[in-house]
Amino acid sequence: MNNFLLLPIIIPFFFGIILMLGRKNLTYQRVFALLGVGLALISAIALLFKVKHDGIQKVTFGDWPVPYGITMVSDMVSVLLVTTTLLIAFFVVWYGFDSITKEREHFFYYPGIMFILTGVNGAFTTGDIFNLFVFFEVLLMASYLLIVLGGEKGQLKGSIKYILINVISSALFVITVAFLYSVVGTLNMADIAVKIADIQQPGIITVIAVLFLMVFGLKAAIFPLYFWLPTSYAAAPIPVLTLFGALLTKVGVYAITRTYTLFFVHDLSYTHQLLMVLAIATIVAGCIGALAYFDVKLIIIYNIVIAVGVILFGVSQMNEVALKGAMFYFIHDMLIKAALFMLIGIVMYITGTSDLRKMGGLMKKYPVLGWSYLIAAFGLAGIPPLSGFVGKLLIVQGGFEAGSMWGSIFILASSLLVLLSVIRIFIYAFWGEEKETSGTVNTKVYKMLFIPTALLVCITVAYGVGSEWITPFMDDAAKLLNDPSIYIDAVMKEE
Amino acid sequence: MEIIMAFVIGFLFMAAVYLMLSKSLLRIIIGTGLLSHGAHLLILTMGGLGGEAPPVLSDGAKTFADPLPQALILTAIVISFGVTAFFLVLAYRSYQELKTDDISLMRGSDEDE
Repeated sequence: MNNFLLLPIIIPFFFGIILMLGRKNLTYQRVFALLGVGLALISAIALLFKVKHDGIQKVTFGDWPVPYGITMVSDMVSVLLVTTTLLIAFFVVWYGFDSITKEREHFFYYPGIMFILTGVNGAFTTGDIFNLFVFFEVLLMASYLLIVLGGEKGQLKGSIKYILINVISSALFVITVAFLYSVVGTLNMADIAVKIADIQQPGIITVIAVLFLMVFGLKAAIFPLYFWLPTSYAAAPIPVLTLFGALLTKVGVYAITRTYTLFFVHDLSYTHQLLMVLAIATIVAGCIGALAYFDVKLIIIYNIVIAVGVILFGVSQMNEVALKGAMFYFIHDMLIKAALFMLIGIVMYITGTSDLRKMGGLMKKYPVLGWSYLIAAFGLAGIPPLSGFVGKLLIVQGGFEAGSMWGSIFILASSLLVLLSVIRIFIYAFWGEEKETSGTVNTKVYKMLFIPTALLVCITVAYGVGSEWITPFMDDAAKLLNDPSIYIDAVMKEE
Repeated sequence: MEIIMAFVIGFLFMAAVYLMLSKSLLRIIIGTGLLSHGAHLLILTMGGLGGEAPPVLSDGAKTFADPLPQALILTAIVISFGVTAFFLVLAYRSYQELKTDDISLMRGSDEDE
């Protein structure tokens, strides 16, 4: 028994409840929100080192023996994602102080963030497939609140689509879990993996695998299920968009990664081939979207879709190098997407528009902002020694090792298109003639927005330059993903 | 019994899809309600029907239905009720704001107009 691993879930939940009281007092709201995320972050970092040191941590509620109770498992994959989630949330809350409107702050914006963190961390940590559904619903319910908060016309339009899609995918999730339960008769993820290995994955399990791919693919926005994402996400204000872009789709990607490396590993030629084809199609669709629009929000949003494709391509290769690359790229993408959304939030604050054609010449007045954006853009495209490089290199190397020549070439080519799409923002917004800006710029607000953003950009740079220190953690994660028996043994062993 | 349940579930899904394909937001919400009810019945059926004694309360019960799916449905029902209630409120609010409940008029973002 080790309850320590529940802290990153319980602390945000606890602070969410505290924040719901006294919603009129802004100082109270802000201080406690930041404090809550900070405490959770500290506990997550402590947990990270404990997992590194002592191996996989688990707790089964009510002290039931393992397949019967609900198990929470903190392995290297989940704890890395939990830590990154809280790190991003810390900067987003800080950034939100001056970016989000007062009315939203009064109407449960901070509790919404806390509950979304509870859901995301829970989904990353849980070791029970039905419990995963429950945590998905927790984070979705909080995201419904955050996306519609403010009640503008665009938000209402976007959130109706968002909720409808998620209600349908939740129903599908329940159906899929029911099918899986009727075949293997258990809900514990480690136990499911054992049972599927026992029966050698007959056809029905492969059908369930594809159903899971549909369910999680809707949330992760893979091709062709990403259609709802751009308009829904674009409706939300920038800090909320940052949280969604950095975290929500990644929960879907994590769920695909988990199920496809733990459960469905006996019919690789069908399931993982399908995953690879869809991942490449996702990259192509994302590239087309990212180049097609002149709206800064939409360009970065389509870059989320591209990144999902790249990570899932790494997962579909199922060798240790590619999985390590996928993990590297996963964390990198969460950090860099948050940084980019925050940067374009500042650009939109200065210019008062999200249309690239109405911007220009920001470099003269805001050189530091320009250089930070350029660094973040290079990091996204994976120019060495910045953070995207290592992950992409390992994914491509793993792709070549697994013999997916064309897929790897697509990944390499997509880097160029990603670079083009983000440099387009740089050229339009920062170069050229200075245009009339409709926004009124308050220097104090600008500084408050810029400081957390700059710190996050520094962290992404450190993540790339210091990848040597991060490699041991990634090695552990990749070993775990590559060999399901490590996870199974750790969960199933008696205390 | 399983055959009947299969037909009931299939009918619920059919009605749900039919309703969700319509343009009126209210019909769509009723459709999602039916969809989740179908899914709940499906879980119940997947655990195996039948059984005479309650599984935990009495000693030596030989034939009992699987209790786990019932626990799962309980959770899923609560969640789907919550989401449906939220969806209804959202539909009412967007009807006030957008002056329509026709989903085909809610396309695109504000910039497109």
